[in-house]
Amino acid sequence: MLKSMGLTSVDELFDVIPAEKRYPALELPPPLSEIEVRRLLAGLAERNADLEHYSSFLGAGSYHHFVPSVVDHVISRGEFYTAYTPYQPEVSQGTLTAIYEFQTMVCALTGMDVANASMYDGATALAEAGLMAARVTRRDKLVVASTIPPRYRQVLRTYTQGMSMEIVEVGRSDDGTVDSSEVETLLDDTSAALMIQHPNFLGCLENLEPLSELAHTVGALLVVCADPIALGLFKAPGDCGADIVVGEGQCLGNPPSYGGPYVGLFSCRQKYVRQMPGRLVGATTDAQGRRGFVLTMQPREQHIRREKATSNICTNEALVALAACTYLAVLGKQGLRKVAELCYHKAHYAAERIADLPGYERLFGGFFKEFSIRTPVPAARVNDLLWERGIIGGYELAKGYPELADCLLFCVTEMHTRAQIDNLVEALEEVGKQG
Amino acid sequence: MVPLLFELSSPGRVGCRLPELDVPEAVLPDSLLRDQLPLPELTEREVAQHFTLLSQLNYSVDTGFYPLGSCTMKYNPKMHEEVARYRGFAQIHPWQDESRVQGALRLMYELQEQLAEITGLPAVCLQPVAGAHGELTGMLIIRAYHLERGDASRKVVLVPDSAHGTNPATAAMCGYEVVTVPSDERGNIDVRELHRVADETVAGLMLTNPNTLGLFEEHILEVADIVHGIGGLIYCDGANLNALLGIAKPGDLGTDVLHLNLHKTFSTPHGGGGPGGGGTAVTEDLSPFLPVPVVAGRRANSADGEGAEYYLDYDRPLSIGPVSGFYGNFGVMVKAYAYLRSLGQEGLREVSENAVLNANYLLQGLEGWYDLPYDRPCMHECVFSGKAQAKLGVHTIDIAKRLIDLGFHPPTVYFPLIVDEALMIEPTETESLETLDSFVAAMRQIAEEAKTQPEQVCGAPRTTPVGRLDEVAAARKPDLRWHG
Repeated sequence: MLKSMGLTSVDELFDVIPAEKRYPALELPPPLSEIEVRRLLAGLAERNADLEHYSSFLGAGSYHHFVPSVVDHVISRGEFYTAYTPYQPEVSQGTLTAIYEFQTMVCALTGMDVANASMYDGATALAEAGLMAARVTRRDKLVVASTIPPRYRQVLRTYTQGMSMEIVEVGRSDDGTVDSSEVETLLDDTSAALMIQHPNFLGCLENLEPLSELAHTVGALLVVCADPIALGLFKAPGDCGADIVVGEGQCLGNPPSYGGPYVGLFSCRQKYVRQMPGRLVGATTDAQGRRGFVLTMQPREQHIRREKATSNICTNEALVALAACTYLAVLGKQGLRKVAELCYHKAHYAAERIADLPGYERLFGGFFKEFSIRTPVPAARVNDLLWERGIIGGYELAKGYPELADCLLFCVTEMHTRAQIDNLVEALEEVGKQG
Repeated sequence: MVPLLFELSSPGRVGCRLPELDVPEAVLPDSLLRDQLPLPELTEREVAQHFTLLSQLNYSVDTGFYPLGSCTMKYNPKMHEEVARYRGFAQIHPWQDESRVQGALRLMYELQEQLAEITGLPAVCLQPVAGAHGELTGMLIIRAYHLERGDASRKVVLVPDSAHGTNPATAAMCGYEVVTVPSDERGNIDVRELHRVADETVAGLMLTNPNTLGLFEEHILEVADIVHGIGGLIYCDGANLNALLGIAKPGDLGTDVLHLNLHKTFSTPHGGGGPGGGGTAVTEDLSPFLPVPVVAGRRANSADGEGAEYYLDYDRPLSIGPVSGFYGNFGVMVKAYAYLRSLGQEGLREVSENAVLNANYLLQGLEGWYDLPYDRPCMHECVFSGKAQAKLGVHTIDIAKRLIDLGFHPPTVYFPLIVDEALMIEPTETESLETLDSFVAAMRQIAEEAKTQPEQVCGAPRTTPVGRLDEVAAARKPDLRWHG
């Protein structure tokens, strides 16, 4: 090959690189065979306490839900996972069709008119929703519920730090929902959006309609960050006045995977579609009238509009969206509702039993699959003692809410059996006495 | 045509059996419940068949040559898929106590260290989940750096005219005004122009090196000196790092901030458009500004890392803040780590040598058949122009579609914008001589057809499930979801 190219050594191709910088020594571990790499990685994996060995009651943005086998089968097909962004539609109809189906099902869940092909995750979807609301309204103030996950609010601040935007946070009422009288005070004619989560980070179900009225009265948008599993059971935010609905789609057919890859859901009303970030797939036809799908409305995007684009987003989370698409297809209308009902009933059973224990108190009002519990001993201590019993406990709310020290957020899903819940309750009873 | 899920749906079908409720029913809040959920109703068999049929409509690296320029569509070892699914990686929760996920944290820490070594930039954060996300992180770091020094006057970011569109879009998201710098006749950034626009209002230069013409910046050290001389920083777009592994460290070439594409360079599959991985590497001076948390380690008792303790470091007061929900695309990091442990130093250098060798082989094979706007050895990809064919009425889009009929995925087309009728070809290191030869033969055949039977090219593709689709109609009357 070298000879045919008139070269004596491949090094000649690198003459352009400053000689003193060329071929640096790299201190890297020596290469390993496939057997050795797998052994090494298996060893690292074994040092992690996984959710198949331990019953876990952690949620708070990442969820352990059932993943039917067919999901991993689909996303393991090389034709899907070794392709790239479908720039050439004639040889990408598999990916494009699946994205169109994904967009359709996200709309079905959220009650919105249009959904995009996906965002990085729930946190960045929320941040981009804030930016989009500012573009739509040409205003720069965001009124943000403090019951949006602390991390999501931080990401929103990271994303907006280079722009002249004002972010104000709204507190919560005694029942854990957003304080609507404070919302009314903070919203004004400079507000681009009211941003809330439903169910919120503390587990509480929000009442969306009155909040949408408050937002719309001053010409602001209502942005809702929703749990898509909850949307199997509860009203679509689009039917309650939301203008942009985003969410974390990991729970739809994807493992927790230590925080990623996840997928952001992003949907909105039709009239705002040209301000949407991210990729969109649309249906069209070829010269023979055959239906096909293409990336469309690309003039919003960075490769066309450059610095005037709606976002810099490019590659995002297509394969995770495909998993969500397959999950929603196989669960379907009845299955998703059933998953949501199982979560609801099991979580309520757990909450009721824990609240009956001496020293434990359930905080706040109506909830879905997560609930806040005040513990009789410090929350971190409760978790340590649960761990001694082989249980991964709840999320320590003090991390994001100093006033909720001694509170744990427990998550119960369809993955928990009654025996596991009873086991947790017994352990908490012992911990309460022991602590 | 494969029917859509919604067209296959039939009332009452279920694809997945769930357990019966084993606890007492709670009262549901009627007023909050939805009355309809318009999802499809299908059996598992129908779902499996549907997506299998869809998969067969895709072209992929597993099925053929995919020389999509700037995307580094290399073959990724299958082992990566298996190890990322180990339950000790896939089934761990991001809020678990750090002491119970030491294997995951160690993997992330060591990956950071190895990427720092490869890039010559000592501090790495793996939290960004895609290239453009890494860019945003990098440019916010540059902004934070200037502000921390009390310098709020830098409002401009310089971007070469050959840059990826994400670069100017990212600069704009950080509140910067974009000033475009032209390229010179050899495809480098124009140093005289750079001198002219470089002043104290400039926060930094966003540079891709090798650039999107597939060319190494010949004056890279001078460019870095100019920008540093006016107090600006160099942001390097790492999309093209596949040319430089073990060949040169971006940090040695004056780069202050670099984003990585784990899904391009470090052999994690592209997934049809993600998930990617976009770590950001910076100099020591910039490390305080990295997103929180960064994975940190406490000293080991032995040289092999045994006994060390790893943790998430949130105590970074100058940080730009987190850029995503957790710690980045961990599943992607597992694959990149497996790749690096498989290669070592020599293996890595061979990757880049072969990537560059393959690209130059194609360059030579197609020179004379297509117009070559910058005639010098390329790095990992080469850029041709189809302008000679365009004069015959055969445009680059036609050449791309004809390649499909001949069994290949087209190169990146119409990019970079500074080349008319651009064809950007990146073969990667994993392709055989036979594959390269057959691609060259196909491209030559098309060049011949453009002269002798242009209708053969312009009517392509003919072998695909659908022909060229009406994109104008798709954009004018958007149909973005199934309505029934």
